[in-house]
Amino acid sequence: MDEAIRAEGLVKTFGPTRALDGLDLRVRTGEVHGFLGPNGAGKSTTLRVLLGLMRADAGTVSLLGGDLWREATALHRRLAYVPGDVTLWPNLSGGEAIDLLGRLRGGLDRRRRAELLDRFDLDPRLKGRSYSKGNRQKVALVAAFASDVELLLLDEPTSGLDPLMEEQFRELVREEQRRDGRTVLLSSHILSEVEALCERVTIIRDGRAVESGTLAEMRHLTRTIVQADLTPAADAAATAAGLAAIPGVHDLATAGGRVSFEADEGALTPALSRLAAVGVRGLVSTPPTLEELFLRHYDRSGASGATTGAGAATGAAAGGERAEAGR
Amino acid sequence: MTGLAGPRALTGTGVLTGVGVLARLALRRDRVLLPIWVYVIGILPVSFAVTFADLYPTAADRAEFARTSAGNATFMALYGPLSGSSLGELVVWRGGFIPVITGLISLLVVIRHTRTEEEAGRRELVGSTVVGRQAGLAAALVVTLAANLGLAVVTAAALSLRGLPVAGSVAAGLEYAAAGWIFAGVGAVAAQLTTSAGAARGIATVALAGSFAARVLGDHGGFTVPGGPGGSWEWLSWASPIGLVQRIGPYAATSGAERWWVLAVAAGLVAALVAAAVALSARRDLGAGLLPDRLGRAEAAPAFGSPLALTWRLHRGLLAGWLTGFALLGLVFGGVAAGVTDLVEDNPGLGDVFTRLGGRAGLIDAYLAAIMSILGMIAAGYAIQAVLRLRAEEAAGRAEPVLATAVSRPRWAASHLVFAALGPAAAMLLAGAVTGLVYGLTDGGVGRQTARGLGWAAAQLPAVALLAAIALALFGLLPRLWAMSWAVLAACLFIGLVGSGLNLSHWLLDLSPFTHTTHASGGSADPLPLASLCVLVLALAAVGLAGLRRRDIPTT
Ligand SMILES: Nc1ncnc2c1ncn2[C@@H]1O[C@H](COP(=O)(O)OP(=O)(O)OP(=O)(O)O)[C@@H](O)[C@H]1O
Ligand SMILES: [Mg+2]
Repeated sequence: MDEAIRAEGLVKTFGPTRALDGLDLRVRTGEVHGFLGPNGAGKSTTLRVLLGLMRADAGTVSLLGGDLWREATALHRRLAYVPGDVTLWPNLSGGEAIDLLGRLRGGLDRRRRAELLDRFDLDPRLKGRSYSKGNRQKVALVAAFASDVELLLLDEPTSGLDPLMEEQFRELVREEQRRDGRTVLLSSHILSEVEALCERVTIIRDGRAVESGTLAEMRHLTRTIVQADLTPAADAAATAAGLAAIPGVHDLATAGGRVSFEADEGALTPALSRLAAVGVRGLVSTPPTLEELFLRHYDRSGASGATTGAGAATGAAAGGERAEAGR
Repeated sequence: MTGLAGPRALTGTGVLTGVGVLARLALRRDRVLLPIWVYVIGILPVSFAVTFADLYPTAADRAEFARTSAGNATFMALYGPLSGSSLGELVVWRGGFIPVITGLISLLVVIRHTRTEEEAGRRELVGSTVVGRQAGLAAALVVTLAANLGLAVVTAAALSLRGLPVAGSVAAGLEYAAAGWIFAGVGAVAAQLTTSAGAARGIATVALAGSFAARVLGDHGGFTVPGGPGGSWEWLSWASPIGLVQRIGPYAATSGAERWWVLAVAAGLVAALVAAAVALSARRDLGAGLLPDRLGRAEAAPAFGSPLALTWRLHRGLLAGWLTGFALLGLVFGGVAAGVTDLVEDNPGLGDVFTRLGGRAGLIDAYLAAIMSILGMIAAGYAIQAVLRLRAEEAAGRAEPVLATAVSRPRWAASHLVFAALGPAAAMLLAGAVTGLVYGLTDGGVGRQTARGLGWAAAQLPAVALLAAIALALFGLLPRLWAMSWAVLAACLFIGLVGSGLNLSHWLLDLSPFTHTTHASGGSADPLPLASLCVLVLALAAVGLAGLRRRDIPTT
């Protein structure tokens, strides 16, 4: 079995809201898979459907080779889940909650438990209601990582953790990665975390997967930011119009003799040829960043929007009127 | 909330800053329930007036009714003593349980808008805006006190319009409101003591039950156990807030006039309670209680690894509280049982009534049947509360991590339902046994009376189970409507406490399962209704569990 998770065409509606809208997700056995998307994109809903807590209106799910609705308890023994909002029983100590969840799953490793408590610097004797948000999160993480399971489903596991603890978490995931056959599905909003840990990522938006692949593949999807100072003889307006006609050129702006734009990988060659033809005095190009790609998908306005452009083009010429690139 | 919390709406910078905003927020959240209970309870006395005027049109009829009722210990326990036979006095006497209801609702409302908010973390969200630290407590109290005042106005107006003396009508309204005010204060104090709203409700409800029990004991003149302390116990009624407000004595023709000064005593009590709550609240941190949390275990006990072990931890406090409460109620009701017949036997004019009601045994039976059906309804409240722990776990997000382990949904539900089924049953049987035992001490037949008490209690269990099953069916199928289970219980209470007084038609009375169990415990009724009750319980439970297996968790 080489796919730990395989979901196809998942649809889930809550009354008028269409939380999942034909979502496909494939996670290979042994990989750490990043799961990204803006607020309300459907990440938590997807995880709940994968766990069999929610039933999809349409689509198929296979998890660790089994069907969640029929063999839920058997499959649940082989996985651990950290929910997005960790709430603990107010009158149970953190240690008791860790042991309870571990035992309900089928047992946990005592040595590992002690080590994790130490690494996360967590006092297990406090009552559930006395923990801070980050410490509640740690309780859930210790309960999950102290179990010997094949699959970890983590819903924004580092929200509330301080940077030191976040580093501990990354180290833990790397350790899991080194062990054979351990699969982690990591939903996150933190790009650096995903870049540091994940081999492959799926980006979802409005309940659909809009991008899925390795980080290297993703980089090819990013845009290069180009800023060119044209020679005085060149006609800036005409050049801009010509550039705008190239498919894959976005967020075009001119200010005096300066033209700036963002270009998809495929649009670079034609755009640079055109610039070379009119003559260039200076050229700055900012290499593609994943951040720009993610922001583009996070931007809910639909068009390759103004906020994306502004955020990504901070290195480009400030001021000047922006011409929306025609598509 | 938009539009309410704007900084412009907030004036001043004291500890009370923002009371108006928060009070309006509370009113908005309660905009449906609050008017309903103010209105329904407010006009309840008028419905009694209508019924009494219908059933006993002449003064002679009413005098005869008062003469026989004065000797009824069940009535005495439920409503309090009857002072005279004017229409107003009969109405106020029949509404003698209304102070308990206004007290209960008031304490629940205050806790709902204080500790529940804090526990859910919403107070923090509001508290970070421009809101004084006492504003939340003050807003909850203002809303509750005002609602009770509204109820007093409705009652006074409705009774006066019905033609009853105005002074007495105003006194009746203020009696109910005063009970509400006092227990609003009790709720406010309880909300400062603990970190959990559930525990605060527990403390305040125990205080209410205690003051009801003290009133019953005081009115009955105490235990009639041989060798028990003698003398008048009436001071107990005066010491009980419920007994206190009843002693305002609306329409009191015999004593000459209403005791208005009792209202001043009640107002003093309210002021003291509110001051205590404010002082406690000023001393503690947001979210913290006065009773500090102790450290727990670093590692769970070896046996702590099953859903049942978890639910034992979650339910045991509730169970202990209810068992204690029911044992005490059994003690009180059993203690006054012997007095049931004394009241009649001491009254030579009641010989005919005595024989008509079946003599000593018949009177005791009628008394026990009434008491056990009331206890049954209270136990049903416990059963619903225990079933709804499932919903609370789900809504708080604590069901998800458990169900993501090797625990199946039916097993998870069953681990809570064990307590919902056995807890109320144990409480009922305990109360029945204690009632029988204490009565047996005076009667000489301890073993026989204990067995009888157990039997009476057991007869109520199908009805208790039915309400639990309704809550389970709602939880499984229509989880958003879980609160309807309380509405069903309220309807049963209404039918049980008020229905017979209102001359409701039979089919309406028959809607409440407690009507059937009360008949059945007489021993003469046919077993069919009981059998169908049991079938209904199983069917509803099956429907609920089937719904739970299929639905989303969590459903918000
Ligand atoms: N139980 C529910 N009832 C109704 N709507 C829901 C429910 N759960 C989720 N939704 C809706 O489904 C959509 C997806 O929500 P989901 O929680 O899966 O998003 P998410 O990607 O996890 O977002 P976030 O990053 O904020 O955690 C949202 O529009 C949300 O409002
Ligand atoms: Mg989420």
